[in-house]
Amino acid sequence: MSRLQDKFNELQSAHKKGLVIYLTAGIPDANGTLEAVKTAVDNGADVIELGIPFSDPMADGPVIQSASYKAIQKGMTLKKVLELVREIRKFSQVPILGMGYINVMLNYGFEKLAVDAKTAGLDGFIIPDVPHEESGDMKRVCKEQGLHLVEFVTPGTTDQRISETCTTADGFIYCVSVNGVTGVRKIDYSPINKVIEHVKKQTDTPCAVGFGIGSPEAAVDAAQKADAVIMGSAVVRLVMENKLDEAGKLIGDIRHALDKKVN
Amino acid sequence: MSKGRFGKYGGQYVPEIVMPVLTELEAAYEKYKNDPEFLAELRKYYVEYAGRPTLLYYAEKLTKHYGGAKIFLKREDLLHTGAHKINNALGQVLLAKRMGKNRVIAETGAGQHGVATATVAALFGMECKVFMGAVDMERQKLNVFRMKLLGAEVVPVTTGTSTLKDATSEAIRYWAAHIEDTHYIIGSAVGPHPYPTMVRDFQSVIGREIREQIKEETGGRLDYLIACVGGGSNAIGTFYEFRNDQSVKKFGVEAAGRGPAVGDNAQTLSNPASRPGVLHGAYSYLAQDEDGQVIEVYSISAGLDYPGVGPEHAMFHEEGVVKYVGINDKEAIDAFQLLCREEGIIPAVESSHALAYLEKLMPNTKKDEVVVVTLSGRGDKDVQQVAKVLGEEI
Repeated sequence: MSRLQDKFNELQSAHKKGLVIYLTAGIPDANGTLEAVKTAVDNGADVIELGIPFSDPMADGPVIQSASYKAIQKGMTLKKVLELVREIRKFSQVPILGMGYINVMLNYGFEKLAVDAKTAGLDGFIIPDVPHEESGDMKRVCKEQGLHLVEFVTPGTTDQRISETCTTADGFIYCVSVNGVTGVRKIDYSPINKVIEHVKKQTDTPCAVGFGIGSPEAAVDAAQKADAVIMGSAVVRLVMENKLDEAGKLIGDIRHALDKKVN
Repeated sequence: MSKGRFGKYGGQYVPEIVMPVLTELEAAYEKYKNDPEFLAELRKYYVEYAGRPTLLYYAEKLTKHYGGAKIFLKREDLLHTGAHKINNALGQVLLAKRMGKNRVIAETGAGQHGVATATVAALFGMECKVFMGAVDMERQKLNVFRMKLLGAEVVPVTTGTSTLKDATSEAIRYWAAHIEDTHYIIGSAVGPHPYPTMVRDFQSVIGREIREQIKEETGGRLDYLIACVGGGSNAIGTFYEFRNDQSVKKFGVEAAGRGPAVGDNAQTLSNPASRPGVLHGAYSYLAQDEDGQVIEVYSISAGLDYPGVGPEHAMFHEEGVVKYVGINDKEAIDAFQLLCREEGIIPAVESSHALAYLEKLMPNTKKDEVVVVTLSGRGDKDVQQVAKVLGEEI
């Protein structure tokens, strides 16, 4: 069992919804990222998505684009992200997934990356520009090292593709709530809920809903059918503005709202 | 399984959100690419609207100047809107119409593809948004205004380096949020499958016409083909027809800018420092730093300064089908002036890179040999910049 699977099992036994928090590595700086992870975990984050900055993040909205750009300017690299994971492991066993674009990983070398990531204490990857069809090589090296490679479904994913994704789904399934990019906005979660119902019939792999979530109300709304919710831009914006206390409070409020709703 | 590969290059590296619309596009393209009605309509617009076939012009004075092989120019510069970009824009808008889309979007660097897209959108009564880096908008004010005149909305992109690569990312982001009613007209033979294939097919009319026209001019004798390469659409359109003709030596000319240092040129295939990577949906060669971040490239020509290149060119490069070479800013400007004076033709600065390669090639050619240079666009848009380079005030 991996840290991630243990966490989802624990949540399920406790009848709790999971909370996945995205943070861009290197924002506000390397040490600040460690502080942000600590804050997120202390306030109830179950899983951390650690953003690996890329110059051209095409699935991301303005907040994460800007965070990514700034992190690169400050010298954040994939190698340094792995160093951060090592540091986090000194104080937390929270499951951590590296979230980044394929070119940076390709440049590092898939085989070497999987080995180094495992050694550093990372639990897997989320790669938004790698759909199911292109995931073969990364999937293989992750499997060899016992790392998860998260796959995606969206409101527009066809039934056939959902079935294909469910067959190989690993860790959790990233359910994109809406057509578009990351960023806080009002979203109708019913289309993705339909997709989740469909997914649930085919796999036990947990479903986490992301994109658009920025408040406790939105989180509760998004969590109806899913096992977890993912929040990124809303937290990253606050961390970027050095408002770590506010970020902690937002995460805590969401944790509270999710727990209250279920119990 | 991965689709749309040229050797190991190509593929579909896009967010899951975009996959259904790529599948829809691929199905539509497969359905119509050999459909007689579709091809007849495209032909009609090529002939009656864009001005095809373009001339294959024997440049007698330029030939005399070099004293080697006979030089012919494939005059894509004579097309409506002034460049080869209209070939692709017309093909894609006809496809968009059949797919029931009522809005088209495009990315643009120099503005030529933006103008071509705005033009076909006006012609077919479609809403049009063109994404353009804020830096490029400042550099290419004339084309920005042309697009506005044609009824398009030009959306300034201020993320990243505020240039073509960022405009492309922003177009993809907008598309991801509007896949229902929007078709994305990518301007070069880049991007995820089926774009590199589709754009190549729409541009291949260039090579097919060269094949026909050279028969009349020289009885079919053809030894060299030269075209400039940014993303590589006019080049792939020129070379594709001749890909199996080993007797025809093909040269793809990239922008060597102001020097070999990283960030001083836009060479992806002819630069030993560049290596394969993934940008905007395709695995191809890519200008990137040691951490895998895409670098901002440079060329005097805004149409060539793209950090990637079409995946089919990456394959042609590795298989030796085409030789990719670099021409720097100064060589391109010299060639620009030479063509003005020798032939009375003002070429685009992009195309001037292809023309400049004649300096290197011609001394090794014989008088009975034949070379065709694709003149991808006209240079009216560039005169202001060239004046600046030459120290003239206009």
